[in-house]
Amino acid sequence: MRRSMLFIPGNTPNLLINGGFLGADALIFDLEDAVSPDEKDAARILVRNIMKFMDLRGCETIVRINSIDTDYWKADLEQILPQKPRWIMLPKTGCAADVLTADAEISRLEQRLGMEPNTVRLMPLIETALGVENAFAIASASKRVGAIFLGAEDLTADLRCKRTKGGAEIDYARSRMVMAARAAEVDVYDTPFTDVSDDEGIRADAEYAKSLGFTGKASISPRHVGVINEVFSPSRKDIEYAYEVMDAIRQAHEQGRGAIALHGKMIDAPIVARARQTIAMAEEMGVGKAVQHEES
Amino acid sequence: MKNHKVVASLEEAIRLSGLKDGMTVSFHHHLRNGDHVLNMVMEAIAQMGIHDLTVNASSLFDIHAPLLRHIENGVVTHLKTNYMSGGIGRAISAGILADPVEFRTHGGRPSDIELGRTPIDVAFIAAPTADPMGNCTGKYGKSACGSLGYAIPDAMNAQKVVVVTDNLAAYPLTDWSIPEIYVDYVVAVDAIGDPAGIVSGTTRITRDPVGLVMADRAAQVIRHSGLLKDGFSFQTGAGGASLAAAKYLRDIMLREKIHGSFGSGGITGYLVDMLNDGCFEALMDVQCFDLKAVESIRTNPRHHEISASHYASPSARSAVVDSLDVVILGATEIDTDFNVNVHTDSNGSIMGGSGGHSDTAAGAKLSMIIAPMFRARLPIITDRVKCISTPGRDIDVLVTQGGIAVNPKNQELLLRLKDAGLPVVDIHDLKEMVERTTGTPAPVREGGRVVANVIYRDGTLLDTIRSVPAK
Repeated sequence: MRRSMLFIPGNTPNLLINGGFLGADALIFDLEDAVSPDEKDAARILVRNIMKFMDLRGCETIVRINSIDTDYWKADLEQILPQKPRWIMLPKTGCAADVLTADAEISRLEQRLGMEPNTVRLMPLIETALGVENAFAIASASKRVGAIFLGAEDLTADLRCKRTKGGAEIDYARSRMVMAARAAEVDVYDTPFTDVSDDEGIRADAEYAKSLGFTGKASISPRHVGVINEVFSPSRKDIEYAYEVMDAIRQAHEQGRGAIALHGKMIDAPIVARARQTIAMAEEMGVGKAVQHEES
Repeated sequence: MKNHKVVASLEEAIRLSGLKDGMTVSFHHHLRNGDHVLNMVMEAIAQMGIHDLTVNASSLFDIHAPLLRHIENGVVTHLKTNYMSGGIGRAISAGILADPVEFRTHGGRPSDIELGRTPIDVAFIAAPTADPMGNCTGKYGKSACGSLGYAIPDAMNAQKVVVVTDNLAAYPLTDWSIPEIYVDYVVAVDAIGDPAGIVSGTTRITRDPVGLVMADRAAQVIRHSGLLKDGFSFQTGAGGASLAAAKYLRDIMLREKIHGSFGSGGITGYLVDMLNDGCFEALMDVQCFDLKAVESIRTNPRHHEISASHYASPSARSAVVDSLDVVILGATEIDTDFNVNVHTDSNGSIMGGSGGHSDTAAGAKLSMIIAPMFRARLPIITDRVKCISTPGRDIDVLVTQGGIAVNPKNQELLLRLKDAGLPVVDIHDLKEMVERTTGTPAPVREGGRVVANVIYRDGTLLDTIRSVPAK
C-alpha cells in the first residue's frame, strides 16, 4: 500500500532521522533538486547511512537520484543500490530509452551485488511535455517500472504556463498519465500540492487526483501526509460494502446461482475486483478485520 | 508637587528603604533578557557594602550574569526564583551558591509571599512608565513590556517598594497597573532596559516540519478532547511548536465557529489574533511576549492585565488557571509516569524552571505536553526524569511526532482519541520506539551537593537538583 510518498531532502539530517515517524507510506530521499551541486556527495553518503542504520518503521524507501543527463546519477546508484532501496525514482524521464539506460545500470549493479534481478524497481518521474506524450512508452519500457509519477512544477515550466492551485494547466497531463499507467498496468502518483499551509487546498487536490484514478500522491510537507492517506484510503462505508459483495458472492456460489444481486443491483466482475482491492487495502491498514468483526 | 516620592538615585532609595545585611530584595522579570534594573540595583547595593541578601526574582535571565559576581562576593547568599536561563543555571549547577536555590512556580511564589512564608523587605519594581507618586504601568514608554502581573504581589506585600522608571509621567497616571498606595519611593534612570531584549518584535511559529506535525496533532487532540466548544479556554507557551498548535487551533475554531471564553498566560500575537478573530471573549494577561501583545493590552479593553496571584496562586480563593480547559506545555524530559522536567537539561544542568508549568497543569482540564521524541541524539522519554518539575498526575497527554501517549488516568481522553483515529501509543512503547533510534543513553553522573530545591505550588518539596560535576 502506497498512498502517500513524502519527499525528504537528502541533506537534512533532522528530517531524515524523523522520516519513519511522519506517517507516510513511502519516503522519497531526494538527491536531486533539493540538494545543491556542492552537497551532492555529502547527501548521497547521508542517505546511504540513514538507509543502512535507521529504523524507518516499515516505510518504503524511494531514492530520487539525479537525472541521467548529469554526472551524478551513476555515483548515486553506486552508493544507494547496496542498501536495497525498494525504488529508484528517475527524474526528467522523457522517453523509453531513458528508462532503458537506467535499467541497464541498475541491472549491472544488481548482478554485481548478487541481488535478484529487478529487486529494485523504477519509478520514472515524468515532468516534461515530451515525457507526458511518451507516458505509455515509459510505463511499459521495462518490467522494472512499477509506477510513474507526475511532476507538475517542472512540467509547467516546460509548458511555459503558470502553476495554479486549481491545476487546470495539468489536467491533460494528469489524465494522460493515469491512462498510460493503467494501460501498462503500473501504479501512478500525483504531483505534490505545494502550499503547505492550505489545509483545505490539499484535501481538494488529493480528492481530485483520486477521482481521476491516481494510486496516491506525493507530498513535500509532512503535514499533508495525513490528509493524503485519508483521501486514498477506502472509507468505512467502502470497506463494509466490499465485505458485503464478497459475502454475496460466496452465498451465490454455495447456492449454485450465476447472477448475483446486492441491494437490488447486479454484481459484475469489475465490482468484485474493486471489492477485492478494497479488502486487501483495508487489511493492510489493519482495519479490515475490525470492520468485519463489528458486522458479525 | 509637595510630598512626591521621587528620590535622586538608587543609592538614596536603598538607604531610605532601610535595607540591611540579611534582608530580602525582590525583582520581577517583565523586562526579561533586556532588564537593567536588577543589575543596577544589585551593583548599588554592593557598592553600599550590604551583604548576605536573599534575592527573590520571579525569573532570572542571562543578562543577570553580574549577579554571579555578587554571589561570589557574598552580597547575595540566597536565591529564590521560578525560572533561570542556562547561563545563570550552569553556575548554580556548578555549585557557586552555598545554600540551595529555592525554585517556586509563578503561582506558588505570590502565594508564599502573601502567606508570609517568603517575606520581602524591599521590592524594586522596574516600571516602563510611572508618575511621581508611584502609580506605574508597563503599557507605555520606550521600555514598554505590557502587563506587570508578576510585580503586583511584590508591590502589595513588600515592606518597602521602590519603583524604578525611565519614563516619569505627570501625575496622575490613570492607566496604572500598580497604584501609588503601595509605593514608597520612585527613582528615574536613563534606561530600565534594552527594548530589543524586553519583548520580541514578533514571536514566530516553528518552520520545522517535524514541529508542524506535532502542532497539527496537538490541535487534533484538542479538537477531539470534548472540550473544544463554546466557552472554551486555552493557554499555550511561546515555543515554536506550541504557537503553531495555537494557529491550527484557531483555524479549527474559525471553521467550526467556536467562540471561546478566554486565552491566558504569557500572551503572544497569536493569542491576540485569536481574540480579534472572535475565538475568545477575553485575554487574561500576566505577561506579554511580543510587541503585538503589548499594543493589544494597551488598546483593547477585552485584553486584561492580571496579577500573578490572580493568574495562578494556589492559595487564592480561585485563580485563572482553575478555569482553564486546555494548556499546551513543553518539556525537556518526560518519564513513563508522565512526570515532566523543565528545570534541567540532559546533563542535569539547570536551564529553566517551572514558571507556570505546574500551576496550569494542575488547573487545566487537559494538560498537554508537546515535545519531539528526541533532541539531537538524546531521547526525551525516560524511565525517570532527572528533576520532577510537574508531577505526572497533572499531565494528561504527550504529543510527539511518533505518536500520542495518553496518561492512563484519563481513560475518557484515551477512548476519544482512539475513536477519532489519532495515532495513540502507550508511553512505554513510545520510549522503546525512540530508543531503537537513539539507543539508551548512559546515566548522567550527579554531583553530591543539592544546588536547588524544587518547591511545588502548595509549598511542599517536590524534588531536588544536584550539582553537575566538573568535566
